[in-house]
Amino acid sequence: MIAVVDYDIGNLAAVANMFKRIGAECEITSDVEKIRNATKLVLPGNGAFDACMRALRQTGLIPVLEEKVLQDLTPLLGICVGAQMLGHGSEEGVEKGLGWLDMAVKRFPSTLNLKIPHMGWTEVERVRPDDPLISGLDDRARFYFVHSYYMQPENPRDVLLAAHYGIDFAAAVRSGNIAGVQFHPEKSHRYGKQLLENFSRWN
Amino acid sequence: MARVRIIPCLLLRGHGLVKTRKFKDPVYLGDPVNVVRIFNEKEVDELVVLDIDASREGREPDYEVIAEIAGECFMPIAYGGGVRTLDQARRLIRCGVEKVVVNSAATESYDVIREAAQVFGRQAVVGAIDVKKTLLGGYRVVAKSATVEVKMPLDEHVQALIAAGAGEIFLNSVDRDGTMDGYDLSLIRRVSQQTSVPVIACGGAGTIEHLAAAVNEGGASAVAAGSMFVFHGRLRAVLINYPQGLELTR
Repeated sequence: MIAVVDYDIGNLAAVANMFKRIGAECEITSDVEKIRNATKLVLPGNGAFDACMRALRQTGLIPVLEEKVLQDLTPLLGICVGAQMLGHGSEEGVEKGLGWLDMAVKRFPSTLNLKIPHMGWTEVERVRPDDPLISGLDDRARFYFVHSYYMQPENPRDVLLAAHYGIDFAAAVRSGNIAGVQFHPEKSHRYGKQLLENFSRWN
Repeated sequence: MARVRIIPCLLLRGHGLVKTRKFKDPVYLGDPVNVVRIFNEKEVDELVVLDIDASREGREPDYEVIAEIAGECFMPIAYGGGVRTLDQARRLIRCGVEKVVVNSAATESYDVIREAAQVFGRQAVVGAIDVKKTLLGGYRVVAKSATVEVKMPLDEHVQALIAAGAGEIFLNSVDRDGTMDGYDLSLIRRVSQQTSVPVIACGGAGTIEHLAAAVNEGGASAVAAGSMFVFHGRLRAVLINYPQGLELTR
């Protein structure tokens, strides 16, 4: 069962519905036992970095998540701010991140005169085309983004997908069993569905 | 070349979807969740859902229905209808909508646009304008499902919406609504020329050529349509459709 971690950050129904469509068993939950028994984990995130970190900490779920992700090596997918939270912290706030990935989260440079947040459908480039998480995505794959900050892994080899908005940034990252996507796969039709399907099959 | 978004605009009335003509004579189309599922299959770029009774009846958005629709949407969704306060905008975003559309309330005060843009960012706030042609050929802003005329001239209203924080302008022609005779291109041109933010044209689309004209002749950044995506044939049989593989660029 795929557990979508519920820590009161809004409607997660689209994520669960897309897994349902794929035929993967999935539950939106904040129950420790269900999370402990899950075969895969999804960490969503919406809104401000600090607010998400505080809300997650308040649920008391971080120890069980660490046990699953760092000891049992259960595959985890972070989405949007949920992906940013996997790093050490963010320029958006003062809260520490989970620190599971060696990664910083940066603001788009203001010198570029970009409209911030970056919002809308953007095409991605496959940096590691052989990675099972992004298999089946073609050159025209595009995803729906809404963000003002971007992930910057310490090791460039952790970048799976790159996108361009004024600068090149990491659209998807992975190190071992821990992965994160900056975009919203649950709002990205066929391409998002393909990625979630890859995740549901990933061992 | 930017890809132009093609956006079905769905009208909510009670728990069902309807389609109007010139903002009148609503025809029942079906259950919103079923319709959204069909648009999922067709991979539409984005959806706009407007509750056409909420403002006129002075009531709250129907959060339950909206959350259900948003949960079924595998694409970004904008909701409008009865949005007057920051708290309502907050609740809607928690329901899972990406954008909040403000129309009637902004004809009385721009506060909700300003506040929502500050909290959620401009990208999450759409200023919608319903426009009616006057007898002398000018344009008048109307509100509350075209039951109220607004004193503020169109151009000033557009500028004020953007200054307050609207990240997009949703421009709807009352006279063309449901006619499928084509957009009011001079209206679209007039508003597009004076704005820095994207203008979504709505009202009158019946063919792909109409969509292209709104972009190429009108200067719209995105195109929305109702009838064209829910009716089929001269007798307007209800059939949810969306041009497959169609890509407009500008």
